[in-house]
Amino acid sequence: MQPSGCRIERETSEIVTTDTLLEKPATIAVLRAGIVSRTTTATALAESYFARIDEHNPLVNAYLSLTREEALDQAGQIDAMAARGDELPALAGIPMGVKDVLAMRGTTATAGSRILEGYRPPYDATAVQRLRAAGAVLLGKLNCDEFAMGSSNENSAYGPVRNPVDTERVPGGSSGGSAAAVAANLAVATLGTDTGGSIRQPASFCGVVGVLPTYGRVSRYGLIAFASSLDRVGPFTANVVDAAAVLSVLAGHDAHDATSSRQPVGDYAAELNKSVTGLRIGIPDEYFAEGLDPEVRAAIEAGIDALRDAGCEIKRISLKHTQYAIPVYYLVATAEASANLARFDGVRFGHRSKSATNLSSMYRLSRDEGFGAEVKRRILLGTYALSAGYYDAYYKKAQQVRRILAEEFMTAFGEVDAIVTPTAPTAAFRLGEKTDDPLAMYLADIYTVTASLAGICGLSVPCGATSTGLPVGMQILGPHFGEGTVFRVAAAVERTLAVADGAEAE
Amino acid sequence: MSGSVATVSMEEVERVAELANLELAADEKPLMQRDLNAILGYVAQLNGLDTTGVEPLAQIGDLFAAEAGDAGRGAELRADAVAGSLDRASVMASAPETDGAFFKTPKVIER
Repeated sequence: MQPSGCRIERETSEIVTTDTLLEKPATIAVLRAGIVSRTTTATALAESYFARIDEHNPLVNAYLSLTREEALDQAGQIDAMAARGDELPALAGIPMGVKDVLAMRGTTATAGSRILEGYRPPYDATAVQRLRAAGAVLLGKLNCDEFAMGSSNENSAYGPVRNPVDTERVPGGSSGGSAAAVAANLAVATLGTDTGGSIRQPASFCGVVGVLPTYGRVSRYGLIAFASSLDRVGPFTANVVDAAAVLSVLAGHDAHDATSSRQPVGDYAAELNKSVTGLRIGIPDEYFAEGLDPEVRAAIEAGIDALRDAGCEIKRISLKHTQYAIPVYYLVATAEASANLARFDGVRFGHRSKSATNLSSMYRLSRDEGFGAEVKRRILLGTYALSAGYYDAYYKKAQQVRRILAEEFMTAFGEVDAIVTPTAPTAAFRLGEKTDDPLAMYLADIYTVTASLAGICGLSVPCGATSTGLPVGMQILGPHFGEGTVFRVAAAVERTLAVADGAEAE
Repeated sequence: MSGSVATVSMEEVERVAELANLELAADEKPLMQRDLNAILGYVAQLNGLDTTGVEPLAQIGDLFAAEAGDAGRGAELRADAVAGSLDRASVMASAPETDGAFFKTPKVIER
């Protein structure tokens, strides 16, 4: 690690930095305060992050491209503002990374696919533009499963990401690079996307916070679409207070996304300090059934006990259609993907086959050469589900069950304020463990796809570890636009864990 | 939905690949056939659920409409105002083949 920036960082925070891969960043508030008071500079901070990336990225493979020049330019502007005594924006000088499925001017957007190798979008996604406007220093683009299709990051055409907690294990997916970058402190915060669990599951595997905002809360303009009725953009951070800070910047209406909501954005930071006493927390039986790893169960049950001790009213509930969520998800998501990915035809951007002799063979060969196996598998499944003769049996049936699942959640939120579950049935699995069995890989999303289908909000917050030290994530779900309550519960879980860690250390 | 589980034949794999404009290699086809059948076998459990009279849910916005009336829908149309669009040169820079004004493709109609 490069000493300069980090030494200054140490003076302004209590976080002890080491030369190890796993490292917790200082909070956004602490870093920003350091830049405002000029005890550090955004430039020194950015340089220290690039130094860590240079050291650790060859192993972790979280970043696919770096935007050094633009980042240092932005940092320089922030430092100039600080020198003049100007009011600094919310994320001034904060080093961040962006999942490679979002358009970011000045660099490539590959979506983890060969078909978009070298593609440089000429505009910023709204989420990226909002980060820039808030003063964030964007370091580069982050690895992911191809077109965000996967649960381990092993479907990336640019090689897998390694989990910084145990580099023989997967970071989860599809936003594996975004989760790993925060876990290894290669960024203070990152953007990911979540279609069936792609923010929450990697957050759980890497021991960081990952937020699924309500459908419509954060604009998807500039996102390379996978399944448009499910796709969402959200932040990864090292702690809950930073997650609230970044979501406050991302959230809000955008005329460029027709599904974007005009609901006012809550004061998430204020929610964190509110008491959880009297909050009703639902524990659905179906999420603690067969298939849940006993150590994950024990960690989540300890977290639930902590919430009870903090004054929450814990209620057992039933979400009895949960078992249908994975089948519904894989029909709806693949059907939408087969339509969305039709745009990759070698005409306007991306790969064009050199072997094509006519228009039709250009389409086919470009797509065959450009797409990986999982993407082809999903396009085929989606095309099949939408094809004449099967539409009613598969796609329409799935949409009907989707309504049942969504309404089941809405009924539950009449009785409870939030729902708590494990984020994933296991901790991080080994690289290669599930690559030969697509169905086994799909089941890694069993606890996350339900919220995706219902459009509700949620997050994954670290909640203990297995006996071998692998992180366990607790999923906290809230009703549509209930982010404030979700943050409040997450902050309570985080506080009790911090107290427990402190006690252990003494 | 019929009670039986559909089995995808090799001919159907080829037909669906054609519909999706995918050129599958000879060794890819049996693997895709195996995986499609495994996944379709798994999703067949939806057959066990009676969905008679349930309105299909295509968009989350439809739920908000039910929750809060039309005011909660959020999907208001934007103003129909003239605004700038992307610079042509920056868009064409990403095209595999272009004459600067148009995207070029191989011949569409063969004689």
